[in-house]
Amino acid sequence: MEKPVLDVRNLAIRYGGASRDAVRGVSFTLGRERLGIVGESGSGKSTVGRAILKLLPSAQITADRMQFEDIDLLKASERDMLKIRGRRMSMILQDPKYSLNPIQRVGRQVAETYMRHFPATKAEARQKTLAMLEAVKIRDPERVHDLYPHEISGGMGQRVMIAMMLLAEPDLVIADEPTSALDVTVRLQVLEILNGLVRDRGIGLIMISHDLNLVRNFCDRVLIMFDGQVVETLNAHELDRAQHPYTRGLLAAQPRIGDRRKMLSVLDRRPEWSQEIAQ
Amino acid sequence: MTVKDTDMPRQAMKMPSSLIVLRNILGFLMRSPTSAFGLIVLGLLIVIAAFAPWIATHDPYAQDLANTLQAPGNGHLFGTDELGRDIFSRLVWGSRISLTIIFLVSIVVGPIGMIVGTTAGYMGGRLDTVMMRITDIFLSFPSLILSLAFVAALGPSLNNAIIAIALTAWPPIARLARAEAMTFRKADYIAAARLQGASDMRIIFKSIMPMCLPSVLIRLTLNMATVILTAAGLGFLGLGAQPPMPEWGAMIATGRRYMIDSWWLVTFPGLAILTVSLAFNLLGDGLRDALDPKQMNRR
Amino acid sequence: MQNARLRLRGASSQATTILITLLGLLVLTFVIGRMMPADPVRAMVGEDATRETYEMVYHQLGLDRPIWEQFLRYLGDVLTGNFGTSIRTGQPVMQDILRAMPATIELATFAILIGAGLGIPLGVTAAVNKDKWQDHLIRVFSLFGHSMPIFWTGMIALIVFYAHLGWVGGSGRMEQFYIGMVDERTGFLLIDSLLAGETDVFWSAINHLILPASLLGYSSSAYITRMTRSFMLDQLGQEYMTTARVKGLSRRQTIWLHAFGNIRVQLVTIVALAYGSLLEGAVLIETVFAWPGFGQYLTSNLIIGDMNAVMTCVLIVGVIFIVLNLISDLLYRTFDPRTK
Repeated sequence: MEKPVLDVRNLAIRYGGASRDAVRGVSFTLGRERLGIVGESGSGKSTVGRAILKLLPSAQITADRMQFEDIDLLKASERDMLKIRGRRMSMILQDPKYSLNPIQRVGRQVAETYMRHFPATKAEARQKTLAMLEAVKIRDPERVHDLYPHEISGGMGQRVMIAMMLLAEPDLVIADEPTSALDVTVRLQVLEILNGLVRDRGIGLIMISHDLNLVRNFCDRVLIMFDGQVVETLNAHELDRAQHPYTRGLLAAQPRIGDRRKMLSVLDRRPEWSQEIAQ
Repeated sequence: MTVKDTDMPRQAMKMPSSLIVLRNILGFLMRSPTSAFGLIVLGLLIVIAAFAPWIATHDPYAQDLANTLQAPGNGHLFGTDELGRDIFSRLVWGSRISLTIIFLVSIVVGPIGMIVGTTAGYMGGRLDTVMMRITDIFLSFPSLILSLAFVAALGPSLNNAIIAIALTAWPPIARLARAEAMTFRKADYIAAARLQGASDMRIIFKSIMPMCLPSVLIRLTLNMATVILTAAGLGFLGLGAQPPMPEWGAMIATGRRYMIDSWWLVTFPGLAILTVSLAFNLLGDGLRDALDPKQMNRR
Repeated sequence: MQNARLRLRGASSQATTILITLLGLLVLTFVIGRMMPADPVRAMVGEDATRETYEMVYHQLGLDRPIWEQFLRYLGDVLTGNFGTSIRTGQPVMQDILRAMPATIELATFAILIGAGLGIPLGVTAAVNKDKWQDHLIRVFSLFGHSMPIFWTGMIALIVFYAHLGWVGGSGRMEQFYIGMVDERTGFLLIDSLLAGETDVFWSAINHLILPASLLGYSSSAYITRMTRSFMLDQLGQEYMTTARVKGLSRRQTIWLHAFGNIRVQLVTIVALAYGSLLEGAVLIETVFAWPGFGQYLTSNLIIGDMNAVMTCVLIVGVIFIVLNLISDLLYRTFDPRTK
């Protein structure tokens, strides 16, 4: 078996001033595969993503092990992280309307990733940027390069985001709800582009989402999170065989086309689930 | 059991709600050292002004030509001026003048700004355009220069200075009240009031104005610092309170001639102005945090 | 096409706004002029003129005409550039003001450079360290600048830095014995002295300028600090700041390259407005420092009740304010891509 890209054991995160860990006991390994993290809002899934990038200045992160390739993330200093973020791991944020700088041209923002990590002239960075914009299936990269974020659609904005985050060819990409701010019609298209690039380049992908169906179709494995803990880990195609009552509840709460119409079941959340794994 | 449970909240509600709010605000202000300073200084100012005859050690107007330009000490806490008058006593009596100016300006400016602003904001349309255009014309002057011009036109005196300051201080209040009124005007409860047949006047006075009140009050508090400084500036230029009134700005103006040798003539009145205007600024700053959680970020 | 039309409409409505504001300004100055208690005729003809001369001048000035006719006459005068003569100097008022203006502009420009140089970094620091001790310290420092009576601080500074320490020059724009040494070409002493090659005069001028300009700058920095802080806080909470961090930028880089980069346009507009309100402080500080500028001209005429001079000064300040507002608005429209 190939060496994992990311190995996390017993991760716990506590925000400054909080009396209780926001995330605890989270363990998983990631190879060059696509891992989904699914949970409701507040389950700690986004916090895990940001903790891996060490972008939680006010939070305290503890773990038995947090290894990213040859780097021990627990020991990595902020200076080390500056070389890792964007270059070796990156993150696609939710809504391009807010995650792109509104008064800088799109191309300049994409090129910034490249300029930050490689000694390149502006012209070289521009070439790289245009090529990358083309790789995310933007038809007229020259034109889009000089547009401002408010001049492009949400779907195109998210493709720009993908270009920006994959430009330096990282080994790990965390996608934090990459399509939930998009129109339903362009979601699939954007996901296909992301999926294609991730597969072709052999990038490890962590897809954070609340959408079970999406994760089922685009990921190899799925972590189910509840109240800051992983309740179950499953292969995506075996989701239906989930054991944990919470996962079964999530599945049952999904509407399905073709089903006879009846009341959707309501999610059941039991406090003992929070405790049983902690022990 | 049940009786006890329901009794508690009911009793709390019997206490006038405005008093509770006031207590909460005061509590909040006292927790921050800066606004507590402001509050204490202003409390002191009011006490000093109220009990001026008992606090002052001398008659503020009594000249003592044998004891002119005495340095602090020797029975004169802050020394004496060029006519031998006790500077401390003059400052104490001068606090009455400052409070009078603040009080008169505020009770003129607050209501005018409120009425102009809420009416324009609520009615909208042409009335709004005209009123705001007038406001803009007043706003297109720095307030001191406009008050200078007004005082020059009316003739220099304390009363005219107050009128001039009031004439220039209402537009920002009106602007603010208008902006607030415009956010409330589309609210559902306003529509409900209208559907019940309430007149525009009634809606403006009963529903819009109370909503604008907190921010207008903050603005007025912050404005008082400017009012103090403008009044002192007018006094300094000889256009406000006239000698021998113990107005702080005018005291600085007369002390200016002796400032190199007798520093106390200008130092103490200036410190008094600085302290009071700083207190108002700190208090207004604290009020902004206390009353306006949505604007916490904006100072 | 439609965009262009919309912009044209925006521009024309703005032009109307300005015209109306200007007209309002004229009404205001006219009213102020008419309210003056000093008798303009008496001031012109002198105390012992005969009744006939008095009435002749009264008639010449049009004071016997209805008020709206007087206003139209005033309007016509202003439009043809006739602002009347100063009673005190006997010169056309406009000429007096134009001569006094460079001294004030020199002072105000230095002051705004100091104010912005102080206020912007402080505002950024306060925002970045929101609610920490730096933020509180800066808040008190800037409120202090906002609270000081500038005429008093000016005197105290003169006593301390000039009379006792001797670090800076005293009142006026330069040492007494330099006066008249350089030709007035531009009216800006710093430029004129350099043109004349008189470096001594130049340094003397700097020496005299530094104290009043610093005080004015400090008092205006309060507003700039506060606005910078609030603009920065808006930006620091934005999601694109996270994006920049994910790309591998340091926190310092995200603050300066992204957040600060995005508020530059807003800052320019704020500084333009602050420049206008410097005129206010200039009136008082010029009196204290015997600075022969616009402010001193205004106050000296206020006290003797020279109607023409006061009206014109007020008018000019109003016009300067309108122009500065317009400039800041234009800058905003030109440099913020979102407004296009």
